[in-house]
Amino acid sequence: MNFLERFFGNKSAKSAKERLQLVLIHDRTDLNPLVLEALKDDLIAAISKHIDIDPASVRIEVEHEGRSQRLIADIPLRVTSRRRMG
Amino acid sequence: MTAKVITVTSGKGGVGKTTTVANIAVALALGGKKVVCIDGDIGLRNLDVVMGLENRIVYDIVDIVEGRCRTRQAMIRDKRLPELFLIPAAQTRDKNAVSPSDMVRLCDELRPEMDWILIDSPAGIERGFRNSIAAADKILIVTNPEMSAVRDADRVIGLLEAEEKNSPSLIINRLNPNLVKRGDMLSVDDVYDLLRIEVIGIVPEDENVIVASNKGAPLSMEAKARAGQAFRNIARRLNGEEVPFLDLDSHSLWDRIGKFGWRK
Ligand SMILES: Nc1ncnc2c1ncn2[C@@H]1O[C@H](COP(=O)(O)OP(=O)(O)OP(=O)(O)O)[C@@H](O)[C@H]1O
Ligand SMILES: [Mg+2]
Repeated sequence: MNFLERFFGNKSAKSAKERLQLVLIHDRTDLNPLVLEALKDDLIAAISKHIDIDPASVRIEVEHEGRSQRLIADIPLRVTSRRRMG
Repeated sequence: MTAKVITVTSGKGGVGKTTTVANIAVALALGGKKVVCIDGDIGLRNLDVVMGLENRIVYDIVDIVEGRCRTRQAMIRDKRLPELFLIPAAQTRDKNAVSPSDMVRLCDELRPEMDWILIDSPAGIERGFRNSIAAADKILIVTNPEMSAVRDADRVIGLLEAEEKNSPSLIINRLNPNLVKRGDMLSVDDVYDLLRIEVIGIVPEDENVIVASNKGAPLSMEAKARAGQAFRNIARRLNGEEVPFLDLDSHSLWDRIGKFGWRK
């Protein structure tokens, strides 16, 4: 471990844990980053048919509770709605 | 007496299943219990040498299942601990010579005479694994604080969840406290965080494990070695005792391990 790694706390166990967290999500649910991206695009398309959202602010992620996991979609609504403007 | 059936499995190979079975068996037998170990690794028999009983094998599990001997005849009695027995795996037969229902039948036959039946599962998730978990009341998953071992443990836990088996418990074997302190080995916290099943044992890396297996005398027979102590503690926890985890590192690690105190 060199000085910089020590300074920034970049230890191998930390990266092992982070990598494992992602691998386990995939192993447990068949969700990989590509599937998540595709799902997000479909969600944005579906929701945009009904309400006006900003595609760039949509986030979708997997959350854990014990050994169970859930898919969380965070879809901020635009501040000004058309109705008020009209 | 009605024995409890404990299966030790792991997913990944070489993480310490056989070592664990031999040591826990010895520890339980030292406590005066009647214990029989079954080597579930057909074709890759190993528990016999780790226990130092390899020269006394006449019959094996396939002989029992196929009716060539009575169960009793295939049970090798450990002369050092007269209440400890081994049913060896067959070395030359293929894995399919035994089925999950054969294992259930065999365990049901042994249950009334024993306190504990310990099954050493082979690595992987195939037939030998299926056989080994078929009769289990409790499953212990052995892992090492290392990426592929943890990943494979998770896979096995997932399979057991799907089968609606009782939630398994985890043994973290070959922990090196110095590497953990340096940040170069997953800690007990990390492994628990990832797998989220109850931790029943933390066993340090200990060269005495290899010495003991060379001698065919499981480490838990000896009073001093750290790993032997860790295995004896697992045996006590199986018996329902509350035993704090070993102070593997008198400074930092202890505080972090403390919170996984064994709960029944
Ligand atoms: N705590 C430990 N400290 C040092 N060495 C260990 C420890 N535990 C196990 N070992 C060594 O690791 C090797 C593999 O152990 P073991 O045979 O018990 O694993 P296994 O999971 O049964 O393997 P397999 O999947 O091939 O059946 C052996 O050489 C053993 O002595
Ligand atoms: Mg083995």
